[in-house]
Amino acid sequence: MKSALQLKPVRPRSKYDFDALLRERGIAIAPANVDTLQVNITKTCNQVCRHCHVDASPSRTEKMSPEDIAKCLEILERHPQIAKLDITGGAPELHPGFDGFVERAVALGKHVMVRHNLTVQLDGHPQTKESKEYLPQFFARHRVEVISSLPYYQQFFTDSQRGAGVFAKSVEAMRRLNAMGYGVEGSGLALNLVYNPVGPYLPAAQAGLEADYKRELKAKHGLVFNSLYTITNMPINRFRLHLEKSGQYEAYLDKLLAAFNPAAAEGVMCRSLVSVGHDGRVYDCDFNQMLEMDAVDAKGRRLSIHDFDFDRVLSRPIQFDAHCLGCTAGAGSSCGGATA
Amino acid sequence: MSDYYASEDLKKFGDIGKHGKQLADDFFKYYGDVTGADGALTKREKALIALAVAHAQKCPYCIDAYTTQCLETGANPEQMMEAVHVAAVMLAGITLVHSVQMQNHLEKMVL
Repeated sequence: MKSALQLKPVRPRSKYDFDALLRERGIAIAPANVDTLQVNITKTCNQVCRHCHVDASPSRTEKMSPEDIAKCLEILERHPQIAKLDITGGAPELHPGFDGFVERAVALGKHVMVRHNLTVQLDGHPQTKESKEYLPQFFARHRVEVISSLPYYQQFFTDSQRGAGVFAKSVEAMRRLNAMGYGVEGSGLALNLVYNPVGPYLPAAQAGLEADYKRELKAKHGLVFNSLYTITNMPINRFRLHLEKSGQYEAYLDKLLAAFNPAAAEGVMCRSLVSVGHDGRVYDCDFNQMLEMDAVDAKGRRLSIHDFDFDRVLSRPIQFDAHCLGCTAGAGSSCGGATA
Repeated sequence: MSDYYASEDLKKFGDIGKHGKQLADDFFKYYGDVTGADGALTKREKALIALAVAHAQKCPYCIDAYTTQCLETGANPEQMMEAVHVAAVMLAGITLVHSVQMQNHLEKMVL
C-alpha cells in the first residue's frame, strides 16, 4: 500500500558527501551566469581512452537529432549572453551534422570551441570509414577554437591512456593544425591542449607543465600550441571501473577529499555553463550528464532544451555528488583547466 | 613477520606524534616547509631527490609516496628512473671509494 506521506528521498551520507562538505565549510555554489552552452552531440569515438568519463568508443551510436541541433542553435540565437558554444562527444566531428552545426553557430556570431581528439583527422569515421582529413582546413575557415587532449609530451603516458599509436598520430595531426596557423603566435587560431593524469593522481601545476610541453614539443617535434589545460580525472564510468578493479577507488576519493580547495570550489565550471546531452536533456556539467543527474529548476522540474528558459536555468540549484570532489581538488579542474 | 611494511600503514605516519606531539609537529612543519613548495629547487626536483633517497634507504613507504609525488609534479618515467640510477651509482661509488681505505691499509700490512 502506498503511503500517503511522500518523503523526500535522502541520499545516504558518506565521507564523500559533497553537499555536506560545502555546508560544513560554509560554501554556497550557485550559477553566476550561463556564458557557454556545452553540447555533447555523440558518444561515437574513434578511440577508447582508459579514463573516458563518457565511455565513448567506435561502437557507440548515440547522437543528437537534427531537430535538437536546430533547437540548440535557436537557444543560442535567442540568448546573446550565451556567447560560446563548446561542442564535445565522443569525437564530435563523427556526427553527420557537425559541420553544419559549426557553420550556423559561427554565422550567429558565437565563439565555437571543438573538443577535437586529434587522431580522428587520420582515423576517420570508425563506422562509415568517411575521411576526416579536411578538419584542419574546416576549423581554420570558421576560426574554431580547437581543444585537444594530449596527456603528456611523450609517447609512454599518451599511449597508456589513449591507446597504442595515439601519440604518433596526435603529433601528425598537430603538425597539420600548425600548418594551418593553429597555435602559431599572431594567427588568432587557438590550439589549446588538455593534460589528464594517466592514473589516480592529481595534475601537476598547470603553468609549469605548460612550459614543459611547449619546450619539449617544440624541440622534439617542432610543434606549437597556445595554452595547456590541466584536468583532473573524474571517478566515474570507465575510470571508476578501473579504480574499483584495481582496489584504488576509495584511496582516490580520499586523495580528492584531502585536497579540497575552497578557492577551486568558487571557480567550478557549473557556475557558468550548462551541458546538453544528445537527447536534449540539460545538465550542470558533462560529468553529471554521464551520470544522468539531470539539472532541475528551483521547483525540482527537469531542464531541457525543449522548454529552455534562461531564468529557470540561472536560478537552478546545482546538483552535486562525490565526483564533484574532482573539480575542487588542488588547483581545481574544469573544461578550461585549473580554476584556482 | 608478514605485517611489516603494510601499505595501509603509510596513512598512520601522522601517529608518530602519539607519544611526542611537539616533536612530531616540529618535524611535520619542517617536512612541509622543505618539500611542499617550490624554493631554490622546484617541487619536482625535490620529489626526484626524495625518490632517489627512498631507494637508497630502501623505504617502501617513501617509494610509493614519492613515485606519486613525482607524477603529481609532472615528472616522467625516464626522469624517475634516472634519479634511481643516481642513487645506485652513489651507493656503488660510496662502496668503491672505501677501497682506497682498504688499499691504504693493505700497503701498511704488506712488506
